[in-house]
Amino acid sequence: MADEQKQTKLGSNPTRRDFLKLIWTGLGVLALAEAGGMAVAFSLPRIAEGEFGGVVTAGPVDDFPRNSVTPFNQGRFYLSRLEDGGFLALYRKCTHLGCAVPWEPTEGRFMCPCHASAFDAKGNVLNPPAPRAMDLFPVLIEDGIVKVDTGTVIQRDKFDPSQVVYP
Amino acid sequence: MADSNTASQPSTRFVSRVWRSIFRRPLVPRSDRERKLMVLDSLILHIHPSTVPEKTLQLSLTWGLGGMAAILMTILLVTGVMLMFAYTPSPAQAYNDILNLQTNVWFGQLVRNLHHWSGNAMLVVAFLHMLRVFFTGGFREPRQFNWIVGITLLLLTVGANFTGYLLPWDQLAYWAVTVGTGLVEYIPLVGKWIQTVILGGPEVGAATLLNFYGLHIALIPIAMLSLMSYHFWRIRKDGGVVIPRVPDEPGEQKVSRVTTIPHLVLRELVVALVLIAAILLFSMAVNAPLEELANPDVSPNPAKAPWYFLGIQELLLHFHPLVAALVIPTLTLGALILLPYFDADLDSVGVWFRSYKGRRMALEAAMIGLVGTPLLVLADEFVIDFVGWLPSLPTLVSNGLVPLAMVLLLLIGFYDWMKKRFAATNCETVQATFVLLLTAFIVLTIVGIWFRGPGMALMWPWDVSSAVVGH
Ligand code: HEM
Ligand code: FES
Repeated sequence: MADEQKQTKLGSNPTRRDFLKLIWTGLGVLALAEAGGMAVAFSLPRIAEGEFGGVVTAGPVDDFPRNSVTPFNQGRFYLSRLEDGGFLALYRKCTHLGCAVPWEPTEGRFMCPCHASAFDAKGNVLNPPAPRAMDLFPVLIEDGIVKVDTGTVIQRDKFDPSQVVYP
Repeated sequence: MADSNTASQPSTRFVSRVWRSIFRRPLVPRSDRERKLMVLDSLILHIHPSTVPEKTLQLSLTWGLGGMAAILMTILLVTGVMLMFAYTPSPAQAYNDILNLQTNVWFGQLVRNLHHWSGNAMLVVAFLHMLRVFFTGGFREPRQFNWIVGITLLLLTVGANFTGYLLPWDQLAYWAVTVGTGLVEYIPLVGKWIQTVILGGPEVGAATLLNFYGLHIALIPIAMLSLMSYHFWRIRKDGGVVIPRVPDEPGEQKVSRVTTIPHLVLRELVVALVLIAAILLFSMAVNAPLEELANPDVSPNPAKAPWYFLGIQELLLHFHPLVAALVIPTLTLGALILLPYFDADLDSVGVWFRSYKGRRMALEAAMIGLVGTPLLVLADEFVIDFVGWLPSLPTLVSNGLVPLAMVLLLLIGFYDWMKKRFAATNCETVQATFVLLLTAFIVLTIVGIWFRGPGMALMWPWDVSSAVVGH
């Protein structure tokens, strides 16, 4: 009995057994990894066409006076037209913890009701705790019509003139 | 074996045969031997040993807290399944279903209240249970791993509460979950991705509701039930609960044991009945909150996370989000998990607060926390302004690392000072530091719940309630 065991330990059988063991373990780990990957892929967000996340047509350029901020609730953004006639589409989600930031026309600033962050018409932070300027959506102007692509969120630290889109 | 002389009638003999096919033993045990056998034979009772050390029966050891958590879980399962018959997890339906439940379904409001208050009570009870285990030394060898299982159960309880919070789809639910998941975004590199997966999109919406529902009714309860079974089994494998002792006296050599039936089972029954009565009375008197239908266009002022996250939300007002939402919670959790592997003071297992000295130190630490935390909150509100004082540094440093370093220095100073003054052991001083942090956490949570009004301004509780009602 003892002799036999010794033999199998030293003989050629064990290599085959070790090899099979390795294969089994490898296959097991692979199967687990696949199952894990599948679970993650399964839980990825599923955004339907046409919902918030698509391209929103805001309207003709001339509908938006200079120095104005127009809310688009469905698209979840504000179209801000600056003094020089340029456009910014500001995502209304507060960069602090995600509340919906209303525009206060009398104060001329965005004021978050949740923890008192404030932003100017360019989205710059006037008052913390918000850590960075309001996010942007890309603005496209085709044939004098302003469109906003709400599918792409552009994060930025603060306002920069290169972000403005001119008709 | 069966008492054949009474079973003269064929029909009674049949009934008794059926009875015996289900229960092998007489319904009422007549001797200690039968009492022990009854525990061994019963599916439910056999989570207990057949006898227990007499001293562990004292209410002042466990306060019945672990058992209460189990009872609450049972109430939650029963009422939760009932709610499932009245509820649809879609933004178009959810809120109406809750309204309908409250007005048109017999006992619908009561069932909802029971579920709501039991969920909240479970958080409190599980937290107190953790404190009990900590302060009686129940986390030390050989119980280290069950301590970690317990922490996981507490986290799952938080998860169950948070996912349930969204389901009524009212303003409270919508914005509390928005703000609560907003914290996740501050995790470096992967935060945004994790948040998007949890929410099923960029914002709280239909996908979020479905995600939370699945987590709330299936994944989390199943995980909790499995872990609870393991937790109970582990208690027995680790030699039962700790045996209470008086400081400075050696434990008895010979442990006197009594039968589980009736001594332990009766006490459990009393705790269960008192708890059920209390929850029922409370649910008859106080309705679970429900505000207007969720409106993604309008955030309420103030928008607060659920109450159990308000300690963290309060930290957010004082520290950079990365520090408040990630560094501090991770450090705390890591310390709690590693604690039993570094604190091996086996002499004090079963002694409340380890020793008389430990008790005095804990009391003093609690006092310092009680006075010091509000002072620090006020100082940061009105005096301290690192961002203004250090304008050239990024806010992560000026508002994050600098105040964090100051807090850590304060803690080290406290540790050193206490240890020297009391000539205490490391373990006693670690306990005092734990008490200090615990008190600070509780004070911050209280400030967040009752002292923060519109715009998160500091104000008195009566001003907060009038401002919110007026709103
Ligand atoms: C594990 C412990 C559990 C906790 C801590 C918990 C907590 C909560 C909370 C806080 C709510 C919000 C209720 C409200 O505001 O009224 C809720 C709702 C709900 N829960 Fe649970 N729950 C638990 C287990 C379960 C289980 C096991 C089920 C079903 C199998 C369930 C089904 C539901 C349903 C359908 C709702 C929506 C109805 C409503 O919001 O009133 N829950 N839960
Ligand atoms: S979410 Fe806007 S300030 Fe906190």
